Amino acid sequence: MKRARAEILSTRRVGEFHTLTLVAPEIAERARPGQFLSVAMPPGREFILRRHLAIHQASRRGGWAGTLEFVVSPSGPGTSWLGQLRAHEFLDVIGPLGTAFAYPKRLTNCLLVAEGRGAATMYFLAQELLTRHKRVDMVIGGTSMDGLFKAIEAKRLSQTVALVTADGSLGERGSVIDALPDAIERTSTEVLYASAPAATLRRIAEVCRERRIPAQVAVEERMACGVGLCQTCVVPVAREDGSGYDHLRACAEGPIFNPATIMWDRWLSEAPTMLPTPPGGIPAVRDWTGEGERPWQR
Amino acid sequence: MAAVKRTLAVDLAGLGMVTPLMIAAGCSGTGRELSRLVDLRKVGAVVSRTITVQARKGTPTPRVAEARSSIVWDTGLQNPGLDAFIAEELPRLARHAAPVIVSIGGSTLEEYVRCSSALHGRAEVAALEVYLGLPDVELDRPVLGAHPDRLGEVVGAVARMATVPVFAKLPAGPEAGELAAVAARAGASGVTATASPAAVAVDVPRLRATLGGVTGYLSGPALLPLTLRAVLDVAQTVPGFPVIASGGVTTGDDAVACLLAGATAVQVGTATLVDASAPVEVAKGVARYIKAKNLASPGDLTGRLRVPAAYAPPGADA
Repeated sequence: MKRARAEILSTRRVGEFHTLTLVAPEIAERARPGQFLSVAMPPGREFILRRHLAIHQASRRGGWAGTLEFVVSPSGPGTSWLGQLRAHEFLDVIGPLGTAFAYPKRLTNCLLVAEGRGAATMYFLAQELLTRHKRVDMVIGGTSMDGLFKAIEAKRLSQTVALVTADGSLGERGSVIDALPDAIERTSTEVLYASAPAATLRRIAEVCRERRIPAQVAVEERMACGVGLCQTCVVPVAREDGSGYDHLRACAEGPIFNPATIMWDRWLSEAPTMLPTPPGGIPAVRDWTGEGERPWQR
Repeated sequence: MAAVKRTLAVDLAGLGMVTPLMIAAGCSGTGRELSRLVDLRKVGAVVSRTITVQARKGTPTPRVAEARSSIVWDTGLQNPGLDAFIAEELPRLARHAAPVIVSIGGSTLEEYVRCSSALHGRAEVAALEVYLGLPDVELDRPVLGAHPDRLGEVVGAVARMATVPVFAKLPAGPEAGELAAVAARAGASGVTATASPAAVAVDVPRLRATLGGVTGYLSGPALLPLTLRAVLDVAQTVPGFPVIASGGVTTGDDAVACLLAGATAVQVGTATLVDASAPVEVAKGVARYIKAKNLASPGDLTGRLRVPAAYAPPGADA
């Protein structure tokens, strides 16, 4: 892990995403697919936490040696700030952070599945798999043509690609889950990698379990520090000896996990919409008249 | 004029620190992470995450949400439990130069006693910080330390047994002065003012609480004025009683303000999460201030806030 004051070499708009290329040789030479960067926000603003972004590209050789790329989809104040930055500005960056994807030694047919900005990680992974002479196929999804990140890159890197968008504006209409069974059969998938929002990862995990396909997934969980200090970005993961589970940090023990070990029900249980009952409870009302709904009595 | 021999070192109730800045509870990881991120020789002390007798899994995620100049968070005191902490985390935390203050928490008097007795006599423990924010199971109250009698009982039990300084972490709220007086009578070496105030973040589009555990606590720069008020109240109510300021400190001037209000030491929490070298950078800011004012040490700042003679602390007779 290195910390750098990195100059922005270039920025580019790709659909609803922004890609930022940084000059950060010490980070770039260590970065592996699946790992992420921690980027500081400007001082004196009301949004204070660093933003944590998957590494899209790290060049160790050639004309781009020493550069790093990451992808932002502006959704809040921090990502919007990152999205409006221009070349030659500087960012306070820590990386590479977290665990990286592992590569299979013998198995060769790899299916890479991603939704939205998750695709950024997958293209980096695909390059590393190709240099190891693996077969790479992809299923890439997004909300729309603009929300599907770099479809051309997907085609360039893989034998076959299934593109899916929620509105049907590019490729098939639907989600990556709809395209998954066909892709697995068509490519004789032996290993599956995925990067997507947790709800999608869960369904991918179910498909992998049914078909007994070994898999690794990159999880997205809200982080405060990104460097293992604060215990906020945890994922419930079953212990190997079956004695229960541990809350593991997505930033330190993750973000790459074996989906078969994640306790999905526990992780994705929705936060309750109501506040807990105060001590002593709320007095019940007994003498309402009329036949209307009385939700407070449920 | 003879040159002043300047130092950043402070003596906090017998605990010697190279600077008045320490890393607040819950921001020190598992003992593995900090030394790679910050030079711990330049950090006054490190407070461990809060340890309970039994291991705690903590709350469901999300555990953090951003608010204006602050964060709303709750980890549910995730920790490996007292025995595993002593076996694994404590030696790792104590391997580095910064003294380790162990934060202990409980829901019963017995849990505090068990924590302090298990840590008793261990060379790695430089001091104890008593976290009082868990629900009180025995007296069926939502915050154990919010009641002066109970705070006195728990802090007294820990302090009587301890051979290291014991600091009571006061719950946030208007009673800081009164609670500090109780802690002082109970035998505490000082207080930490204060724990994070309770908070909630609402995800408006989805009509739900943002945090998985619904409720949380507020931390970050927005808290600084609350911290200053609590420190001032304690300093005015119990003059000379050591206070550790905690909440919102991000810059050197923030730390100086806390010292002026009456603090002997200052904790850095959220700022450490944003930048692990924050305690060192803040200490540099304090050093610059001391030099500019031609003072000898941070101790010269403690309690130097100019308050009108007519000012009376809250609760005092007018």
